[in-house]
Amino acid sequence: MIPSSVLAAPVVTSTEFPPFGQDPWWLVVLKVVAIFGGVVVLVLLTIWGERRVVARMQSRLGPNRVGPFGVLQGLMDGIKLALKEDIMPTAADKAVFFVAPIISVVPAFLALAVIPFGPEVSIFGTRTPLQLTDFPVSVLYVLAVASIGIYGIVFAGWSSGSTYPLLGSLRSTAQMISYEIAMGLAFVGVFLYAGSLSTSEIVSAQQPIWFAVILLPSFVIYVTAMVGETNRAPFDLPEAEGELVAGFHTEYSSLKFALFFLAEYVNMVTVSALATTLFLGGWQAPWPLSTIGDGMLNQGWWGLLWFLAKVCLFLFLFIWLRGTLPRFRYDQFMKFGWKVLIPASLGWIILVAGFRVLRNEVEADAVTLTVIAVVAVVVVFAISWLAELARERRRAREEALLQAEEAQWAETRQTHPVPPMPGERFEYTPRARQTVPSALAGDDEEGPGA
Amino acid sequence: MNVYTPILVLGILAFGFALFSVVVAGITGPKRYNRARLDAYECGIQPTPQPMGGGRFPVKYYLVAMSFIIFDIELVFLYPWAVMVDDLGLFGLVAMLVFLTNLIVVYAYEWARGGLEWD
Repeated sequence: MIPSSVLAAPVVTSTEFPPFGQDPWWLVVLKVVAIFGGVVVLVLLTIWGERRVVARMQSRLGPNRVGPFGVLQGLMDGIKLALKEDIMPTAADKAVFFVAPIISVVPAFLALAVIPFGPEVSIFGTRTPLQLTDFPVSVLYVLAVASIGIYGIVFAGWSSGSTYPLLGSLRSTAQMISYEIAMGLAFVGVFLYAGSLSTSEIVSAQQPIWFAVILLPSFVIYVTAMVGETNRAPFDLPEAEGELVAGFHTEYSSLKFALFFLAEYVNMVTVSALATTLFLGGWQAPWPLSTIGDGMLNQGWWGLLWFLAKVCLFLFLFIWLRGTLPRFRYDQFMKFGWKVLIPASLGWIILVAGFRVLRNEVEADAVTLTVIAVVAVVVVFAISWLAELARERRRAREEALLQAEEAQWAETRQTHPVPPMPGERFEYTPRARQTVPSALAGDDEEGPGA
Repeated sequence: MNVYTPILVLGILAFGFALFSVVVAGITGPKRYNRARLDAYECGIQPTPQPMGGGRFPVKYYLVAMSFIIFDIELVFLYPWAVMVDDLGLFGLVAMLVFLTNLIVVYAYEWARGGLEWD
């Protein structure tokens, strides 16, 4: 039995976005320059803000010399890097080494093209949305572009011809693709409710209530995954200074290094902007403010303010995490991604979709469905708890077996210096008992102290 | 104007900026030849020889990549369904659950066989 709506092939009515693709060319150029410049300024401020805030968290002052409160520190660091020697290692693959930073930084900027910064405003008398462009699959576009950035890291690590960058880039890649799945699964919940992949439509779908509230687990999973995606603490294993020096960009210097740094921070801004758009209502004013004056604060340029405030909130979260949490161990990190985040988000999506469809189709009331959902969750947790218990018991049994073997060997150790092969059994001979202890005692005296 | 054209404009600006930075880096910085500095970084010891393109790395990374492809394809199927979930109704939900069950069986098998362990 197939519902007729499937056979009728519902025509997507929103192939044409009225406000998009109609800007005059000068407006497009203006928006592009504004986005690019705005993001670069935001990145410079983030770098300064991060150093200041982390310094405060560690009872230090942080950079406060260049410009008022040291705000120009990021810019000066960039200029300093431009005056440093540009090293091209002899072992490097020259062409790839040269291209890698470019591949890393360009997609980071490109993802911002579809982020809605505000509602429709008037610029020099032309009505236009505060968004460069939008189309029916713009979130898919963001995911696609973000994936290209990984190539930059892979190329950088491989082409350096050095051990640390290679290991760092491998880790980085494995980490990013692992957390991308959790990230993508978190989006499914949003698409279920918004019924669209277009960023502007997702923002308007959050009119009465933000998705962060109704899809809280999705939001939490996304926030966790976005920290993993951007290789930031506590998931900054690709850079792990203690073991990998600096990860994939160990061999880079000068402005090429600066580009990787820039890409990392632009990516932070991008994922924060995406989190704001998909979960925190985009440019819409937060709840008590949105009711003032009949939604007056949701009009015009006010949107930009709310958007920036929310993005800065996420950027502060990044810095806060870095100042608070120690780095994960790699196996813990992979385990967390594959065995916690992915099953959790998958289960949550099935729950949400089932809830929504059953409410529409079977007309079941919300209370019954909630009860069913709670029971389902409890059952899943019970099963996983039992499995864990069984595994624990098996591990204890193996441990006991191992210890018994050890104890058995301890007995024969006096006559046989090496443990028996599997299946072999040592016989304890009385004669050995007389001769060996003295020999062993002699050995002991010739220890390192003698 | 096409909705994709602004992306091209932004791309050109970003690419121009990146290319400019990479080229300028070679011009503004000093050039002092030093053979040791051009070696691969290895904490002051002789660099480990690393055969380019023939270097080996743990097989675990291949496993992660393959699992990623499976789950990414799953996402590709999930997105259109999620957008049209109200139109597809119960039929769509059941179809998707069958598909997910398929996937979860594979996932559970991989988990049980230790494919997700990292030691």
